[in-house]
Amino acid sequence: MTTLRAGWIITLRGLSHWARQPAVPIFGLLFSVMLLLVFGLLLGGAMEVPGDGDYLDYLLPGMLTLAMMFGVEATATAMTNDVKRGVTDRFRSMPISAAAVSLGRAGADMVNAVSELGTLVVVGLLIGWRIDASVGSAVLAVALLLALRFAMIWIGIFLGIAFRGGGTTSAVQVLVWPIGFLSAAVVPVETMPDWLGAISAWNPVSATATAVRELLGNPSGLSGGLLDDHAVLLAIGWPAVITAVFLPLSARAYRRLRH
Amino acid sequence: MNVSPVTPSLIAEGLCKRYGDVVALDGFDLAVPPGTVHGLLGPNGAGKSTAVKILTTLLDFDSGTARVAGHDVRGQARLVRRRIGLVGQEAAVDEILSGRQNLVMFGRLYGLGTADARSRADDLLASFDLAEAADRAVSTYSGGMRRRLDIAVGLVLTPSVLFLDEPTTGLDPRARNEVWQTVRQVAERGTTVLLTTQYLDEADQLASRITVLNQGRAVADDSPEALKRQIGGDRVTVTLPLRVPLGPTADALAAAVGVPGAVDPANHAVTFEAGAGVVVLAEVVRALDAAGVVPEDLVLRRPTLDEVFLTLTGPRQRAAAAPTTKEDAVR
Ligand SMILES: Nc1ncnc2c1ncn2[C@@H]1O[C@H](COP(=O)(O)OP(=O)(O)OP(=O)(O)O)[C@@H](O)[C@H]1O
Ligand SMILES: [Mg+2]
Repeated sequence: MTTLRAGWIITLRGLSHWARQPAVPIFGLLFSVMLLLVFGLLLGGAMEVPGDGDYLDYLLPGMLTLAMMFGVEATATAMTNDVKRGVTDRFRSMPISAAAVSLGRAGADMVNAVSELGTLVVVGLLIGWRIDASVGSAVLAVALLLALRFAMIWIGIFLGIAFRGGGTTSAVQVLVWPIGFLSAAVVPVETMPDWLGAISAWNPVSATATAVRELLGNPSGLSGGLLDDHAVLLAIGWPAVITAVFLPLSARAYRRLRH
Repeated sequence: MNVSPVTPSLIAEGLCKRYGDVVALDGFDLAVPPGTVHGLLGPNGAGKSTAVKILTTLLDFDSGTARVAGHDVRGQARLVRRRIGLVGQEAAVDEILSGRQNLVMFGRLYGLGTADARSRADDLLASFDLAEAADRAVSTYSGGMRRRLDIAVGLVLTPSVLFLDEPTTGLDPRARNEVWQTVRQVAERGTTVLLTTQYLDEADQLASRITVLNQGRAVADDSPEALKRQIGGDRVTVTLPLRVPLGPTADALAAAVGVPGAVDPANHAVTFEAGAGVVVLAEVVRALDAAGVVPEDLVLRRPTLDEVFLTLTGPRQRAAAAPTTKEDAVR
């Protein structure tokens, strides 16, 4: 049994979960859509984008990015459930590699991410979001978003195993909400107090959101600076760094289930 | 050829495992010849699950060696996993999927093609009486159905060694009988079975050899017959009315029956070892009759696990360690 084949079978398992319990992915989607509507329609009127630009056009790439980042919760919860309910032990007693188990999780979560992006894009276009981009840059924008989601998978697997005793969801939320909103995702950093703006500019979420804005011809709310000048590079670099750190950590946590 | 000893399917030598300060296994030894059912009998916390997890490569250990189906569990874990089936103490099936989906998924992960995995699933669903519930989510299954599915998953590949960790705990008598039946069938097809249990009766029913585990050590390793002989077979317990003096009556009964009784003042009862079962029971009845005593209660029963340990670990040591123990030997 190759790792890829086993991974694929475990991916199919994740997809069957959603087919049997569609409420889970549907409420996940509804949550993202609700967040988009709250910020876009309710709070959007009061938001100013520095320079010239429509807030909804600014917001959409930020929302897509947040959806990718919040995905870490789904990954971590699924992982914890598998460990707690003995399914992980079952996998560990079988002749398949540890990598196959993570790969299977990653496959299912990436499929979910694509469907989430698709839904948000459609809803965004319906409420007036405008894109001005070539096909090439649009594809690159999607790839960068998925790269962030991919990086979050390894954090999710790590946290899911680390918090297998309980409290995964709360632990992830405590981490994810401040990091998600202390970024350029929904609020332009140049409208923040200086020190908050400086922190936010270094947030991986800001990198992906800004890169997607630039690629899709949406306002970035920035006038120069590292983030503005190298957004795409940062949006490639951050997920790469996160993956480089958390993929080995998650593999180690999985191996340490033996102790 | 036929004088060379058979290589055991399972060997553990001096296995030690501690969790922090807790010593779970303390020099555990085990040898199980191929094609036999071996019982691992022990109370809560004896280390049964720890032993099973180590032998199924789920858990690392501090010292000792273990080989399963000819492979080292530490160095050749992948090879071991190809040859084993595991039914853990907690059911380890996917709750969201249906029974059929579970069997097909695990079958494919064991390397079966999709068509083979499907037909294997059908066979197993039929033989485990799960065909009707095959397409329902496992979360709607009863405890017994879940157990059966769990065992079916462990058998997808017809493993050479099957591990069953307390497979009947929490099952009703009917479901327990079904599991016993399954274990016998599996063993008939040549699979070596290691079965852990807290019930002497269960080990006696299924196993050709029993290892008794206490505090991480094997305190006995013998055939069920030899063990039962050692611990004295069945017990007859006489509960006396409170107005009848316990001590003198117990002495009188012991003299008449010809075996020493164990007095239990808390329950106002006396217990006799009844190697020959009904014979002793009949003698107790006659002796009671002769003494003109009508008992509150009179039962013939199998030894409890407590009594097994009392015997195997030595009553004197136990009594010294726990002076308030219920049973004090009476001569
Ligand atoms: N993960 C763990 N961390 C700390 N201690 C543990 C852990 N797992 C088991 N133990 C301890 O190790 C000892 C042996 O446990 P084990 O689960 O092997 O017993 P068991 O014979 O299977 O008991 P039971 O009949 O209750 O299932 C117990 O004292 C238990 O508390
Ligand atoms: Mg146990």
